[in-house]
Amino acid sequence: MDAIRPHKGRVLVVDDDSSLSEMLTIVLRSEGFEPRVCPTGDQAMAMVREFKPDLVLLDLMLPGKDGVDVCRQIRGESGVPIIMLTAKSDTIDIVVGLESGADDYVVKPFKPKELVARLRARLRTYEDEVPETLQIGDLDIDVAGHTVKRNTAPLFLTPLEFDLLVCLARKPWQVFTREVLLEQVWGYRHAADTRLVNVHVQRLRSKVERDPENPAIVLTVRGVGYKAGGPDSG
Amino acid sequence: MEAADQVPPATPRVAPRTVASGAGRWLAASWRVLTSPVRAVLGWWRRSIQARVVIGVLTLSAVLAFLAGWVLLTQVTNGLLDGQRKSALTQAAQGFAAAQSRLDQEDVVAESDPGAPLNQLLDDLAPHDEASGDYTVIVIGPLADVLANQPQTWAPRLSSQLDVASSVPAELVTQIQSAPGSYWAYTGLHRTPADSSHPALVVGSQVTVTSQAISYGLLYVFPLAEQQQTLSVVERGLLGAGAVLIVLLSTIAWLVTRQVVTPVRLARRIAERLAAGRLEERMHVRGQDDIARLGQSFNQMAGGLQRQIRQLEELSRVQRRFVADVSHELRTPLTTVRMASDLLYEAREDFDAPTARSAELLQDELNRFEGLLTDLLEISRFDAGAAALELSDVDLRASVRHVLEANSPIARRRGSSFVVTIPDEPAVVQADARRVERIVRNLVVNALQYGEGSDVEITVAAQPDSVCVVVRDHGVGLKPGEETLVFSRFWRADPARTRTRGGTGLGLSIAVEDTLLHGGVLDAWGRPGRGAAFRLVLPRRVGAPLTPAPLVVAEEPPAPVGAPYARLDRDPGIEPR
Repeated sequence: MDAIRPHKGRVLVVDDDSSLSEMLTIVLRSEGFEPRVCPTGDQAMAMVREFKPDLVLLDLMLPGKDGVDVCRQIRGESGVPIIMLTAKSDTIDIVVGLESGADDYVVKPFKPKELVARLRARLRTYEDEVPETLQIGDLDIDVAGHTVKRNTAPLFLTPLEFDLLVCLARKPWQVFTREVLLEQVWGYRHAADTRLVNVHVQRLRSKVERDPENPAIVLTVRGVGYKAGGPDSG
Repeated sequence: MEAADQVPPATPRVAPRTVASGAGRWLAASWRVLTSPVRAVLGWWRRSIQARVVIGVLTLSAVLAFLAGWVLLTQVTNGLLDGQRKSALTQAAQGFAAAQSRLDQEDVVAESDPGAPLNQLLDDLAPHDEASGDYTVIVIGPLADVLANQPQTWAPRLSSQLDVASSVPAELVTQIQSAPGSYWAYTGLHRTPADSSHPALVVGSQVTVTSQAISYGLLYVFPLAEQQQTLSVVERGLLGAGAVLIVLLSTIAWLVTRQVVTPVRLARRIAERLAAGRLEERMHVRGQDDIARLGQSFNQMAGGLQRQIRQLEELSRVQRRFVADVSHELRTPLTTVRMASDLLYEAREDFDAPTARSAELLQDELNRFEGLLTDLLEISRFDAGAAALELSDVDLRASVRHVLEANSPIARRRGSSFVVTIPDEPAVVQADARRVERIVRNLVVNALQYGEGSDVEITVAAQPDSVCVVVRDHGVGLKPGEETLVFSRFWRADPARTRTRGGTGLGLSIAVEDTLLHGGVLDAWGRPGRGAAFRLVLPRRVGAPLTPAPLVVAEEPPAPVGAPYARLDRDPGIEPR
């Protein structure tokens, strides 16, 4: 299920610290990835276009263009999974990073295994899955085709947002706690930072809801978590 | 379900007390209603300088006006009456002389009945017109009979209508009878015995019918109605003037105190706003008087405070910034080292023994270093006041389960097992889930480190206003006095042995800071060789007061619910901020 296809291993490392970049390269290469290093934020976008990475490892503190800006810029063009590397565990920095479009974050100093696990979770594919269509609200989801349509008009979701939506839509009767979503969508085995869920639900809503203030697709169940709106609602 | 079953039997037991206290409440309530205006006035009196000054001035000026009015009235009365008396005495003296000379005449001598000449005398003496005066002339006598009180014989002869018995004072008659000469007295006139009293001056003298040697009393009665009218006018005037004076003085006092009190009240309001954090608030200064100078000084003080606070805020900001920078600068190389070390550690079997061991040591110490760095950064965040709570509803049972699950490998390694007592109902508090879990983790890790392989007992208990977690071990324990020291930074129960135990020495300090952030209490109990117990009490709502309980030094740790082991308000290692 978590099989890594050969072309699903290109990782762009955007980090100004050459030692750390080199070390990351060594570790990633030993794990079968194909890493490339980008030392400044200004070049990051060009590298993304040229290298077409399957995943971006992005340091939040960069000389030149800030990591948050880089993240926003990449998101403007591509849904490529982005994992932030951050030295700050302060809430505000992490939330700002996530809101700028990062899928996940890893706080320095991290263990190589932890990082690789995060990478794999974001790179996993569903190639073996049978064709499956789901309905949530007025949306049609083609799971195998990775597309979401509202009245035949496609909506553009990042892979993570797509996974989140599919997870909720598969069991519309079930209320998902943030911890369960973290495990099923992000691949965390232990309960981690539930802010990840909050931020990405907001991002997802801004794309799929007709009125994000008054959601009909992703409903909040106060004090518990989230659930999918029924096929009829919305 | 259980709670619902318990309610009915409890109700009848409680009911009589409720009634009694209900009656008491009613009494107390009515007492409050009755006394509330009094209390309002008293409160107003206590709080308001203006009220005290105005009421004081009112009272004093009333006393002053009363005294002045009284003195003035006495003076005027005396002056008026003295003049009247002098003229009355003169007029009476002339009358007496005329009467006596008339009675001395021959023709009176011839008469045996003195009635006719006396009537004649009255006609002569009585006022004939307005100009000659308004008075009454009375003859009483003979005086011997008057004193013997024989009315039929001394029936008075009057020049006008008057009830003599009640109008002429008996003392005066006695004086007239006792010796010749003129006497006077003030009296009240009655036209009939039932008539109301009119003030008057009575002047009297003896007149003697020489031929018969019989003495009669001749009395002049001067009514004082005019004088009384004047006096009442003066009295009314004085009353009015006094009232106006009192009102005026009170108004002046009110205005003057307002001049002083208004800026003081303004200063109070501004001070309150300053205290509430609105540092830019200033008093409006006008003029150069004392009040203006007070305002200036006040503003200077506010400015000084604002500068100081801004400076401290700036310092705190710089400190926080520094911590963030240090954090970043340290973490990036540490990450590289960490990854390199991991790589070496994974490959250690390919190395020779000393190098492999070195890789292991590097790995272990790197773990410790990392833990230490994390803890230090956390502590410095507390010290900078930068720690903030992210509140949500946290079920402490879940937090405890998470921590135990994560730490069961360590427990197995050390030979300890967890004995858990957790209630069935949720133990939900408003708290920062990450911090609460960290507190519990620090307590559990501490218990494992010092538990010497003994079982670690974890108890969660829910109370109406708080939730409590007790972590108890049966290891080395604490010596007396160490119950508070144990929370100090880098404090070690046994310095010689701790290096092998690992840990950063900051875990419990951080736990205390986290607890205080929630407004909770973290305390410890311990006996040497018998283990230690740490108890965390968190209020259901952050900052809600926990009912304080007396310090208890017990041989066994008290039950989770109840008195604290040893109250600890702040890490003794930190200077108060």
